[in-house]
Amino acid sequence: MTEALLDIAELVKRFPVGNKRLLHAVDEVTLTVGRGETVGLVGESGCGKSTLVRLINRLLDPTSGSIRLARTELADMKARDFARNPNRKRIQMVFQDAGDSLNPRYTAADAIADPLRRLRRMSGAALRERVDRLADMTGLPRDLLTRFPHQLSGGQKARVGIARAIAVEPELLILDEPTAALDVSVQVVILQLLQQLKQELGMSYLFVSHDLNVVRLLCDRVLVMYLGKIVEEGPAAEIFADPRHPYTRALISAIPQADPDKRIGRLRLGGEPRSPIDPDPTVCRFYGRCPKGEPRCSSEMPVLRTAGPARQVACHFA
Amino acid sequence: MTAVPALAVDDLSVEFRTRSGTVKVLEKVGFEVDKGETIALVGESGSGKSVTAFAVMGILDPAGRVTAGRAMFGGSDLLAMSERDLAEQRGRELSMIFQNPRTALNPIRRVGQQIADVLVRHGGATSTEAPRAAVEMLKKVRIPDPERRAEAYPFELSGGMCQRIMIAIALSCRPALLIADEPTTGLDVTTQAVIMDLIGELAHESGMATIFITHDLALAAEYCDRIVVMHAGHIVEAAPGRELFSQPRHPYSAKLLAATPGETASLAELASIPGGLPDLRRSDLPACRYSDRCERRLDDCTRPLPRRALGERHMVACWNPL
Repeated sequence: MTEALLDIAELVKRFPVGNKRLLHAVDEVTLTVGRGETVGLVGESGCGKSTLVRLINRLLDPTSGSIRLARTELADMKARDFARNPNRKRIQMVFQDAGDSLNPRYTAADAIADPLRRLRRMSGAALRERVDRLADMTGLPRDLLTRFPHQLSGGQKARVGIARAIAVEPELLILDEPTAALDVSVQVVILQLLQQLKQELGMSYLFVSHDLNVVRLLCDRVLVMYLGKIVEEGPAAEIFADPRHPYTRALISAIPQADPDKRIGRLRLGGEPRSPIDPDPTVCRFYGRCPKGEPRCSSEMPVLRTAGPARQVACHFA
Repeated sequence: MTAVPALAVDDLSVEFRTRSGTVKVLEKVGFEVDKGETIALVGESGSGKSVTAFAVMGILDPAGRVTAGRAMFGGSDLLAMSERDLAEQRGRELSMIFQNPRTALNPIRRVGQQIADVLVRHGGATSTEAPRAAVEMLKKVRIPDPERRAEAYPFELSGGMCQRIMIAIALSCRPALLIADEPTTGLDVTTQAVIMDLIGELAHESGMATIFITHDLALAAEYCDRIVVMHAGHIVEAAPGRELFSQPRHPYSAKLLAATPGETASLAELASIPGGLPDLRRSDLPACRYSDRCERRLDDCTRPLPRRALGERHMVACWNPL
């Protein structure tokens, strides 16, 4: 890989939860996203995916660590100053629920024009032309531009959300479960659109999802997160063919399988995740739910180590 | 299979009156569920899967009206039953698990108490023995530390745990029929797998008939004996899960499968379904509501929909099946 577009090192976010206790939401996360690469981020709700995303697009201030976008350090800046920073337009986001993330009193055209007005200071005919062009690019019929979100279908709203995010030509697009609320037939169209836009515009994607089938189809590389930590990473095809961390194995085992012959040897997780509040730094986060769970797991935190070319895993036994 | 199915829905039609006209949401929907059998109702949003369940449970929105049909359950027609008799059946014989456990549970009542309420109302338990029985139910749905969790409010529990509480409530009176409306939407895949295993085991144990509503075809195939595919208020195909996957006969089922990311190797192999649902307010709705989107349409398709039996448990409503 050539130089990484996004380079995150030792990123930490802790939230105070009263009585001087701290919730460790993101714990020493190190990751990179290369130019033109699609990286999938998977994990259960509460594992810190959303916090990580909010740190990267600088809606939250990290406790410590660095976030570099093409060598520019973004972590030092206050979240509230970032909104007016020239780097703001380099990272854009497509939100989970296209309906909830659109202003109900903005037409589709207003929604797409908003970032252009704010970040590019565009107006008048140039702005209108750009909005029309974006509608064409995302397959949104131009005559729908005057409609409000409640007059649009789920797939159309998803297109508006994507058009708005790519309006200012970001280098990094963060996609937070962009198709979770859509029917399969619409999901296909939106995923294919995203794939095509990436090729046309040369963006990098950070794709957050818990639909593993979608991640497999769209992503070059996958990061698996569990309770604030990256527990495994590697090329998507390899992770799905040969998951090494027991948590990744459980995730892949949980994908519904129509063919009964492919249901053999599946791993089911018992119990509940450990508390993320002041976790014991010497105990593996997965201890207690892990089918392995040997004494060493409760006395020494496994760290990410190399497990083959381009692969890393954080387990003593993987 | 037993001679008398647990539930036999026949010829069910439902309309909704709206300001912009009457919406023919369901037309002549018919299916059966045997005792101990689990069937899935699958289809895209707007296909009528939830409305079917709501009509059977007698909890349709006031704008909705059953215009025809029967739902025979234990010798009586649920659709013709008085509200009072139906209220007796619901909770005891008929039970439902809703999509969002957090909104379906009472936010200001302890979860153990909510289970006990059902046991007292429908299970014949006294108020002194009910709390004990509620803890037993929590154990059964494998909630760790059930004595302590019985004292918790819903907001103190995770989504997966709230869904287990819902299941405990639904199953506390050993119903003969359970309807689960997307019980795992919004849950993590790992939790989804555990919850689905649990519903399956409990259904198997008690010989309960289960209707499982979902838009996830692979999930339906894994956990259900048969899959019933709905499109725009019609049942278009019903078949055992494996058969539907290996050999879909209705053009819509085939398209739905081709759009589902499962075993496919690349995104390019997935195909979307052309066109959209027809406007169900139209007075000139075609006999086959898929015909406007269908590549296999024939002149015959304007005739009333057939119900063709293809083998013992496979039905397709199409004049030109694959």
